[in-house]
Amino acid sequence: MQISMTVNGDKVTREVEPRVLLVHFIRENLGLTGTHWGCDTSNCGTCVVLMDGQPVKSCTVLAAMADGHDIRTVEGLAAGGTLDPVQQGFMEEHGLQCGFCTPGMMLSARALLDRNPHPDDTEIRQAISGQICRCTGYATIVRSVQWAAAHPPGWDTGADAETDDGAAGGAIAEEVTA
Amino acid sequence: MTTTQEHAPNPAAGDPGRPIGFGRLQRKEDPRFVRGKGTYIDDIVLPGMLHGAILRAPVAHARLVSIDTSEALAHPKVLAVITGKDLQALNLAWAPTLSADVQAVLVTDKVRFQGQEVAFVVAEDRYAARDALELIDVEYDMLPPVIDARHALDPGAPVIRDDIEGRTDNRIFDWEIGDAAETEAVFAAADVVVAQEVVYPRVHPAPMETCGAVADFDPIDGRLTLYETTQAPHAHRTLYAIVAGIPEHKIRIVSPDIGGGFGNKVGIYPGYVLAVVGSIVTGKPVKWVEDRSENLMSTSFARDYIMQGEIAATKEGKILAVRTNVLADHGAFNATAQPTKNPAGFFSIFTGSYDLKAAYCKVTGVYTNKAPGGVAYACSFRVTEAVYLVERMVDILARKLEMDPAELRLKNFIKPEQFPYANKTGWVYDSGNYEPAMRLSMQMAGYEDLRREQREKRERGELMGIGVSFFTETVGAGPRKHFDIVGLGMADGAELRVHPTGKAVVRISVQSQGQGHETTFAQIVAEELGIPPESIDVVHGDTDQTPFGLGTYGSRSTPVSGGAVALVARKVRDKARFIAAAMLETRPEDLEWEKGRWFVKGDPSAGKTIAEIAFGAHGTVALPEGIDGNLDAEVTYDPPNLTFPFGAYICVVDVDAGTGHVKVRRFIAVDDCGTRINPMIIEGQVHGGLTDGVGMALMEIIAFDEEGNCLSGSFMDYLIPTAMEVPDWETGFTVTPSPHHPIGAKGIGESATVGSPPAIVNAIVDALTPYGVTHMDMPCTPARVWEAMQGRARPPV
Repeated sequence: MQISMTVNGDKVTREVEPRVLLVHFIRENLGLTGTHWGCDTSNCGTCVVLMDGQPVKSCTVLAAMADGHDIRTVEGLAAGGTLDPVQQGFMEEHGLQCGFCTPGMMLSARALLDRNPHPDDTEIRQAISGQICRCTGYATIVRSVQWAAAHPPGWDTGADAETDDGAAGGAIAEEVTA
Repeated sequence: MTTTQEHAPNPAAGDPGRPIGFGRLQRKEDPRFVRGKGTYIDDIVLPGMLHGAILRAPVAHARLVSIDTSEALAHPKVLAVITGKDLQALNLAWAPTLSADVQAVLVTDKVRFQGQEVAFVVAEDRYAARDALELIDVEYDMLPPVIDARHALDPGAPVIRDDIEGRTDNRIFDWEIGDAAETEAVFAAADVVVAQEVVYPRVHPAPMETCGAVADFDPIDGRLTLYETTQAPHAHRTLYAIVAGIPEHKIRIVSPDIGGGFGNKVGIYPGYVLAVVGSIVTGKPVKWVEDRSENLMSTSFARDYIMQGEIAATKEGKILAVRTNVLADHGAFNATAQPTKNPAGFFSIFTGSYDLKAAYCKVTGVYTNKAPGGVAYACSFRVTEAVYLVERMVDILARKLEMDPAELRLKNFIKPEQFPYANKTGWVYDSGNYEPAMRLSMQMAGYEDLRREQREKRERGELMGIGVSFFTETVGAGPRKHFDIVGLGMADGAELRVHPTGKAVVRISVQSQGQGHETTFAQIVAEELGIPPESIDVVHGDTDQTPFGLGTYGSRSTPVSGGAVALVARKVRDKARFIAAAMLETRPEDLEWEKGRWFVKGDPSAGKTIAEIAFGAHGTVALPEGIDGNLDAEVTYDPPNLTFPFGAYICVVDVDAGTGHVKVRRFIAVDDCGTRINPMIIEGQVHGGLTDGVGMALMEIIAFDEEGNCLSGSFMDYLIPTAMEVPDWETGFTVTPSPHHPIGAKGIGESATVGSPPAIVNAIVDALTPYGVTHMDMPCTPARVWEAMQGRARPPV
């Protein structure tokens, strides 16, 4: 079957088997290997991407279900060569070690900050509670997200923040994030 | 000497905010990871690459009657189906393990654990490979399994390893250390003796990235390039040469970015060998990446020790001796990854941090119908089990003596003046200063206030527990004369080249799985040579690009490879002195070193920086005799001893009396890993290990039913802490350098995994004191805690 979607701002159209998972479509058909795979059972969250601005576990979404939607992966976090504050925060606060869970963690953090620019630590922990990190013990991830909250886009240049996220699109995201 | 100060950054050259050497420094590897540009095993795609998948046994113990692969072979996208019989023809059906046993690559005679490898399909894509597994028809003849290690040696128990000639039971080894008679005498005369069975359940390291390989065999050149999730690329190269008969110079192992290892990626698994066979058979590159169930059910496990512990003391609380008898479940093949002479790893450090009169232990290893492995999950070669045992026993003794557990530990610590300290089982602890670490943790915790709060809560019927643990590790194996793995001495190499413009490349034999080697090792060179870490690239993970060495596990990278890197940098510095002398037209002995340059004694303005010396070495300077025209060096470091990091941990828990649910409210960790290279990375290592501890103490277990079905084959069943189950860690440190390590550093990668489980369990048992509970085994799930509260605590299954 043929599917089309927007990935990191680019329109893509591909022929796929109906059973192909979104994570495999992103990694193998599009070659965007920053999205990882870790469990198959929707527990670990290394495969998290944003679909219409909402975090989804792409191992539990068929590529066909993303037809017509807006997908954002870790490769789409930096805008025009400038790192997203979340990416910078993870480097500043040692929010990553092996880096495998990191793309998913950063995308969940980005979605959180888009709806709640000043979360408290508990809200950050809740936002990443569907994801597992085996290296960091989470405290430095919380600090990383707080760093990003304290340094919104353009903080160092004084320019207005510009995000290229789509508007939060509810219904489908809720179906697939159960 | 012990301090509580960080190594002062030296802003000799460059930005004063960035250390030239030791100090907090952002990681050099992070820019690629935060952009999603890491290269993990499944990110590797070679032209024409095929995909492999493994058919696994659905039962734990069964004779293989027949395999019919014809339908799978008829699948239009399938290129090969390999069975045990095919491997037998190649003499590859069995492979040597890291513990002098053999393991089946594919089943030839009988299945010995659920999830064992039965057949391998190679297909054009990963979906087709999985489809074809469904088309293979296997007939099994069921056998009774041995699941509970306690019954492995029963008369009449099924013999699991009937492939080994002459074998009539399931005993792998009996190993003992310490003086049994002396220990018995001390126990017989002691005022107080306490005994307790302590079980460390089977758990799994479960890194976020599973294991995998991409094999690329070039039939023309006879050359194998193998991309692998391995923590030990050089050791693997040698082993593949031995196993597959491929000449070692024709094998290149590439270990790309590794998505966590924790010991899971030390061994050679059947899947890796099968990818190689698949590539040889098809003439194309073959990728194999296990799924999560395969990971949890087949590649490695950790612990599974049933320990009968005893501790003897005077009535005043002077600990005299410890003794233990251990039943060790090694699964169906003895594939533990550990030094040859240490069948129980470094468990013999179960004497802990205490000055004892005697100690003795006996370990019996047995086969069961479970997955092989046993040394993994940040265990420092079974120091986890050792520390857990002694720290539980000390707590049980404290209860018996009605003493505060922190006070009992303080009373019995090895004293600073006793180091180097020879314990009763053959270890020589290099350095230690335990009391300041213990006092600091108590101060950070507000220990007295916590005890007061606990008393108040108990009066109200609330269950609050405070748990203390104090651990000493032995890490950094090790001296070649004592430690080898399959005959390979546990040394590590380093090569350093300083290019003409003063930029450097250091090549190391160990492999990061997230520990930040590209940063830490650059900082060691920076500290020694005085050039910024940004000017130093660290090359690792490719056997064609790096010197030989045994790899990263057992917290050995900094103790061993870190020593190699420091020494190779000093070698370059010494060489630079001769070249600088030639350039300055003076004698080498007239020069003095300051970070980054040699200068003439008494005339600091006359000097040459490392960059100037490097250019001179490669330039036209007339070099002294015996000095080559470069600024390069290489070393292989054979450490004189292991290093003995230690720490004091305090855990505060609240237990819900109605449900048995445990909440870890606070965790205070004071670690001493000697000289601190990058405090940010050290803190990260500690945080990760503490989270492992919460996982093992509260929720993680690889469980089996009576038939040998693995009940923990997914992340829905094998639970791992999320951000909601762990507190905001409170960390502190003291610094007691290792006297023999070139920079005084000790390992830190596994300290918290080793030290935290007893602190948590001690806290839980402390909380349950009003219910008369003196011990419970991990995992302390709500159901199991609730059972303990009803007086029905039981070992895990």
